[in-house]
Amino acid sequence: MLIAATLAIFVAMILAIIRGIVGPTLYDRILAVNMFGTKTVLLISLLGFVMGRPEFLDIAIVYALINFISVIGVLRYSDTNQFKHTPQDNESTKKES
Amino acid sequence: MIDIVLLTLLVVVAIAIIRMKDLFAVVMLTGIYGLLSASFFVAMDAVDVAFTEAAVGAGISTLLMLVVITMTGRKEKPTRHKPFSALFVVIITGGLLIYGTLDMPYFGSADAPIHNHTSPRYINDSMEEIGIPNIVTSVLASYRAFDTFGEVVVIFTAGIGVLTLLCVARSKEYEAEVESINDSMHQQHLVIRIVAKMLIPFIFLFALYVQFHGDFGPGGGFQAGVIFASAIILYAMLFGLSTAHKIINQTLIQLIAALGVLLYGSVGIVSLMNGGNFLDYNVLSSNPITGQHLGILLIEWGVGCTVASVIVVIFFNLAARRAFQQHKKQAQDKESSAC
Amino acid sequence: MDIVITICSGFFLLVGSFLCISGGIGLLRFPDFYTRMHAVGVTDTLGAGMILVGLMILSTDFLVFAKLVMVLLFTLLIGPTTSHVLAKAAFHNGVIPKDSNNLRQTEEKENTSSIL
Repeated sequence: MLIAATLAIFVAMILAIIRGIVGPTLYDRILAVNMFGTKTVLLISLLGFVMGRPEFLDIAIVYALINFISVIGVLRYSDTNQFKHTPQDNESTKKES
Repeated sequence: MIDIVLLTLLVVVAIAIIRMKDLFAVVMLTGIYGLLSASFFVAMDAVDVAFTEAAVGAGISTLLMLVVITMTGRKEKPTRHKPFSALFVVIITGGLLIYGTLDMPYFGSADAPIHNHTSPRYINDSMEEIGIPNIVTSVLASYRAFDTFGEVVVIFTAGIGVLTLLCVARSKEYEAEVESINDSMHQQHLVIRIVAKMLIPFIFLFALYVQFHGDFGPGGGFQAGVIFASAIILYAMLFGLSTAHKIINQTLIQLIAALGVLLYGSVGIVSLMNGGNFLDYNVLSSNPITGQHLGILLIEWGVGCTVASVIVVIFFNLAARRAFQQHKKQAQDKESSAC
Repeated sequence: MDIVITICSGFFLLVGSFLCISGGIGLLRFPDFYTRMHAVGVTDTLGAGMILVGLMILSTDFLVFAKLVMVLLFTLLIGPTTSHVLAKAAFHNGVIPKDSNNLRQTEEKENTSSIL
């Protein structure tokens, strides 16, 4: 059961990576990284149980906090003109104003 | 099996990083790369390394690179020439390196020299010579303490380098203007500020737990310093750099960075004065095991202080430089629109 | 007693994994940024909660149980906050929901200069 859950989390991580590479706007990519982070927390907790090492939970706690701080940091610093999303270009390259 | 999947994902993400031209996406993918590396280390059962990689490589590096990108520009400059000669040199060097590794023993083979000489010595003798359960900490802090001293000095030098290059003098009216913006923004950032206020004490407590639990589980000075610094960075990001400057005295932080290295060196000097070698903890107390425990505690404390304060110094200076640049650009825009 | 524990934790793990995978599928197939964010935000928090509760039932040591409670509390607190901040930042920076006709751009964007 634990191994099935681990594989399911793996599949979700791969889906998040696909969106992270494809995602047209940059906010899609931020979302993909955030989801990847929470899935990593779950993966580390599950791997700790599967391998019988409960010390992995420390890494899970650290990672949950660091993921939060990174996403808040990304959003805090993305309000310069370079990151304004104009409607006509939905590509990953944007003009700098 | 897990190793192959994770390594394949690493290669895919690395190729995507190289091919993308949008630097913001590259930074995000670098964050994912750091996370995949941390998972790979967890799958290899290296818990301390995974801890440090998760905290530093996937968290703080992404944040710092992002701050730099908002200052420099978001698109990668297009290369104007095809770098064939560079590719040729890289292929030759890579080929020589791979040829060199053919002589090395297989990954994890039982008759490699490292498994016959050094590892059994550490695994067998660590408990009776040093007496702490975590062998990684005993190797890092006692057997190879001199290498760790070098690492701490390198981190301190990085802090000094950033201070030299990026220090920005702030003027009084700029501070007042920033404070008024800060107050008016409180309503806008209300949810996140309250949540951060609830979380920050726990992050500090967890950093202290990791610092002192490093003898028994994964942890130690490096990881604890990074977690402590990230709590301060969270506060500075959400409440404004000027508020953070008022709470955390800049001179004190720089002093703590230096004191960490000084503490580490002093432990070595005290060992010398007590008759042993440099950083030989057996002579620090009447009982060698107590001496080892005391020595490891003190140097981990020094490492934690230096790492935390250097990361805080780097972040504050980068953010101040960024705010200064934006302030100058706004002033220029106002002038040009007024003409 | 053993069978009850295994079945309970297996149930929670199963529900949690199903939610996580469905969140991933939603991330790929939904048409717009805000819908994708809704999918990820909801299923991430609830799926993580379910998996952590399933692991809590399986834990034997009190320390492991306490750490899992901490991870659960952090996840429950951090997940919705991140969704809120992400949606707010995207809206302020001009990402318009698909098929919305009369959504005016917020004019007060110019006042929201960075405070750092």
